[in-house]
Amino acid sequence: MASNDSRLRITRDAGIARVEFVDRNILDEANIQAIHDEIATLIDAEETPRILISFSNVDHLSSAALGTLITINNKVRNRNGQLRLADIDPQIYEVFVITRLNKLFEIHETADDAHSSFD
Amino acid sequence: MAAEPNAIPPSNRITLPPGRDDAQRLGDTVLEAVTAAGYPKAAQFAIRLALEEAVVNAFKHGHRDLPDDVPIHVEYDVTPERVHIAVQDQGPGFDPGRVPDPTLDENLEVPSGRGLMLIRAYMTEAHHNDAGNRLEMTFEAHAEEPDDD
Repeated sequence: MASNDSRLRITRDAGIARVEFVDRNILDEANIQAIHDEIATLIDAEETPRILISFSNVDHLSSAALGTLITINNKVRNRNGQLRLADIDPQIYEVFVITRLNKLFEIHETADDAHSSFD
Repeated sequence: MAAEPNAIPPSNRITLPPGRDDAQRLGDTVLEAVTAAGYPKAAQFAIRLALEEAVVNAFKHGHRDLPDDVPIHVEYDVTPERVHIAVQDQGPGFDPGRVPDPTLDENLEVPSGRGLMLIRAYMTEAHHNDAGNRLEMTFEAHAEEPDDD
């Protein structure tokens, strides 16, 4: 999944797909839709997807991006998979707290912590 | 009156057509004015997020039943004391009081409906006009002073 138009960098380690964003700003709706489509394809390709999304390059996001994450979370759960979020900047994390989405997602401080948490 | 080339006007009224490039440029312009006025990073984040959410809401919801090319109007005024932004759409309006609370347990897994909530959380004040097609929001610099120098 490394096309020139890809918004994501995806690596694999021990059966876990680690997703990082190319763009620092995932506000843009067209961008968000492309991100959703790429991750959806990744999920569909796995029998029991284990996805780790790292926000290490992200310094801004929108409610539309949150909506996409929720849709992705639902999709992963429907396939009995696991989703973790990690490396979230404190300002971005505050958005999760304000919206109470920190209760919905399993969020870890670092990607290594998240990686260790998968069953 | 000789304006500096490339100077960012601290106040302006813009007719914003649909399309991400124009919205991006507006966001960048307002952010530059906010940064130049000395607002800290947290405030820059808040204002940028609120503006983006307001613009998206205006087109996506306010103009839902209008032709695709209808613009919205955005006004902004930036001083070191406050940032005021108004977003006016050309739709019939709505009742913001009827937007479901996205933080309720039963709504957490609903992908949409968080924009207005984020605007209210991050701006010092935000309110719609009676029709619901004009949103005025203000960020007061002093309301957000954490540990002052």
